[in-house]
Amino acid sequence: MRMETDVNRFRKIVRGRIKENLKRYISSGELIGRQGGKQVTIPLPRIDLPRFQFGGNQQKGVGQGEGQPGDPVGQGQPQPGEGEAGKDAGEHGMDVEVSLDELADILGEELQLPRIEDKGKKNVHSKKYRYHGVLRTGPESLRNFKRTYKEALKRQISMGDYRPDDPRVVPIKEDKRFRSFKVEEKPEASAAIIYMMDVSGSMGDEQKEIVRLTSFWLDTWLKRNYDNLDARYIIHDAVAREVDEQTFYHTKESGGTLISSAYKLCEKIIKDDYPQDEWNIYLFHFSDGDNWSGNDTTECLQLLDTVLMPVSNLFCYGQVESRYGSGQFLKDLEKHYSDGGEKVVMHQIKDREGIMGALKAFLGKGK
Amino acid sequence: MVMDPRLTSELTSELRDIVQEIEGHARNLGLDFFPTIFEMVNYQQMSEIASYGGFPTRYPHWRFGMEYEHLSKSYEYGLSLIYEMVINNDPCYAYLLKSNSLVDQKTVIAHVYGHCDFFKNNYCFSHTNRKMLDEMANHGSRIRRYIEEVGHDEVENFIDVCLSLENLIDQHAPHIRREPKKVHTSSVGGYDEQLISADRRPVPKLPSHRGYMESYINPEEYLKEQQRRMVTEAEREKRFPENPRRDILKFLLDHAPLSAWQRDVLSIVREEAYYFAPQGQTKIMNEGWAVYWHSKIMTQYMLTDSECIDYCDHYAGVTATNGMRLNPYKLGVELVRHVERRWDRGQFGLDYILEDDPAVRKAWNKEAGQGRKKLFEVRKFHNDITFIDEFLDEDFCEEAKLFTWATDRRTGQRIISDRGFESIKSELLDALTNFGQPLIDVVDGNFRNRGELLLMHQHQGKDLKMDWAVETLQNLHKVWNRPVNLSTMLEGEERILSFDGLEPRVEKGAGVAQVGPTK
Repeated sequence: MRMETDVNRFRKIVRGRIKENLKRYISSGELIGRQGGKQVTIPLPRIDLPRFQFGGNQQKGVGQGEGQPGDPVGQGQPQPGEGEAGKDAGEHGMDVEVSLDELADILGEELQLPRIEDKGKKNVHSKKYRYHGVLRTGPESLRNFKRTYKEALKRQISMGDYRPDDPRVVPIKEDKRFRSFKVEEKPEASAAIIYMMDVSGSMGDEQKEIVRLTSFWLDTWLKRNYDNLDARYIIHDAVAREVDEQTFYHTKESGGTLISSAYKLCEKIIKDDYPQDEWNIYLFHFSDGDNWSGNDTTECLQLLDTVLMPVSNLFCYGQVESRYGSGQFLKDLEKHYSDGGEKVVMHQIKDREGIMGALKAFLGKGK
Repeated sequence: MVMDPRLTSELTSELRDIVQEIEGHARNLGLDFFPTIFEMVNYQQMSEIASYGGFPTRYPHWRFGMEYEHLSKSYEYGLSLIYEMVINNDPCYAYLLKSNSLVDQKTVIAHVYGHCDFFKNNYCFSHTNRKMLDEMANHGSRIRRYIEEVGHDEVENFIDVCLSLENLIDQHAPHIRREPKKVHTSSVGGYDEQLISADRRPVPKLPSHRGYMESYINPEEYLKEQQRRMVTEAEREKRFPENPRRDILKFLLDHAPLSAWQRDVLSIVREEAYYFAPQGQTKIMNEGWAVYWHSKIMTQYMLTDSECIDYCDHYAGVTATNGMRLNPYKLGVELVRHVERRWDRGQFGLDYILEDDPAVRKAWNKEAGQGRKKLFEVRKFHNDITFIDEFLDEDFCEEAKLFTWATDRRTGQRIISDRGFESIKSELLDALTNFGQPLIDVVDGNFRNRGELLLMHQHQGKDLKMDWAVETLQNLHKVWNRPVNLSTMLEGEERILSFDGLEPRVEKGAGVAQVGPTK
């Protein structure tokens, strides 16, 4: 159809603009919090066509309705109406909705990421609810208010029960209308991401922000490749515990660091919830590289080799530079995996600018 | 038929009967329209047609894709519904949404006949091309050809440039001849006027047959005066354009250094801008008229008992207001009914106008019964501005509960500022002047005697949006190929915005001084 060409031209322009600004989006975190479901709203520099036009927000105008001078006026929202399609010129700079999938594709193109290889895991079936149609019976929670009201109004008018001067409408059982839904089952390829982060005193806010930005894009890319994505969060200092996403980024502890504690908890989570033959498992660990002792590091390496690596698709270690961290852990890992183990990626993230490099390193293996 | 057959489908026989019945009622009520063809479309098709401004055969451009995404998204989210589309063409084409309920279809069909009558009879539309569907398809194939010849990006970028200048047309041009036809005065002495400068050209003398009378009939001063006049006349003619011109697109077409395909693209954009302009000039009237008639036809003939509530629900939705924004459907139909009632009750003429007592005015009823007749006259001879100027009176302001609002400076909140008639009316007319577009003329095509272009914005209290103005100038430069300037006012001071191909500049001063006095 004709429209396809034009939609594609438009999308191409949008993609072009996003690409131009991708680095900024990645390092500034502008897009986080602009997600809703599968969409993300991206503020783009002007796409609409400039004209000679009056400027400024409208400071005055004419309206219609009740009220005394001095009363506030309701904010205008566009009316649904008939007639010609809206010809209103858009705002300067506009928000474009882009699906997360598309954003991931753009990221993939820009960083030249390979597609993730299918590990051929058994698929899990997932249930989806879809609303469709209206029924005469159903649970109150699904009652369609407007349809019910209309039915009641019709009945009352036809029975002569409706008084315009006292327009009370009381629905009875026969008036009620409910939304109905269908359950659909779909096979899905599933992945679990386990994020681990060192929250000991040496990790500052900026370091955590970098982790947060990085994980947003990791999520986005992995979501593109799997229908179903589970993310779990572990924080650790000398002990590890599982937390929700919010806590993950906003917890600050002091005290020492035992990295092995996190790996042990990670092992437990996998064992409990993510049978290896159904899930693709991704492990990301962020730290500033300080560990309590060499002994613990040895234990960590052992855990990785014997327990975590065999079950997971990928283990990534991101070392976020901080003023206090020694960065020793990265060196130890690098020494241990000097042959460039298939499933291990280590990367040092200096600052926000370094996030793009980290993403490329982590996801570049196509695992 | 130029319609893409994949796009549309036939009406059901039930709807065909309904169309016939409604058409009959419309005709009996006095509506006069082109033959009207209805097509059934699904939502995607409706969004598509609407995105193309009603013309599925339009030229390709990304903004239609943008519009389509916007429309189909707002449908998915349940935000907006396009019930109907109708196209000013002979025959008229109208599209019905398949998923609409029967009562909605009836309403829409009746509404469409209102629009069709308006298109055919309102003077604003009298110069529009009634074969626009064909013309648009023609534009489409021309532009597609250019795309094949010079490349998609190049053509699309140039369309972007043209669209950014799209509003620089003369809204009234179709009805007036702006430039008097040049009468070529045959050169008296058999010399070529162009070759001799004006101060040396022989002055035409008054006839004197006797030599001794010569110095009395054509005295020295008189000849000098004539010579001077010739010089200023010649100067004026040298000015280019001779008088300020509002149809800047036409000026560019005539004088900008464009290649053949660019010129054609610009002329296409201009033609379409003129085609769509009357719809902007008559939005309130046109919708008011259509609502008036669909409500008449529905309530008097077409509604069945069981449909009544759904119809009312729909009607309430169409004429809903939310305070700040005027709804053209509501304002239009209320003003139309106001006119009808006034002329039905004989509330016109000198006696009525001079009557000051609101009670007497209100009770005024001479049973003149001329409402309907007046309405047909109004729909023929008015546009939104004249309609509101002529008929929006104090009584109406009060009945319709109009007010002006303003932004409270301390709180930033929008509050009702006034319910006074004077301020409401002047505010409304102000907003409608030139249909919301700034008044901009081309005053000099040889500005600074360097082939620069000078546009003049007639500032009437509202500043231009600066960043857009600069970007638009940059686009204008792509057409004119020489430095371009816009004289305007910024925060109360005269400024010239310029773009010379390298860097946009803002300078103090007015463009006028350098052009010399106009008129």
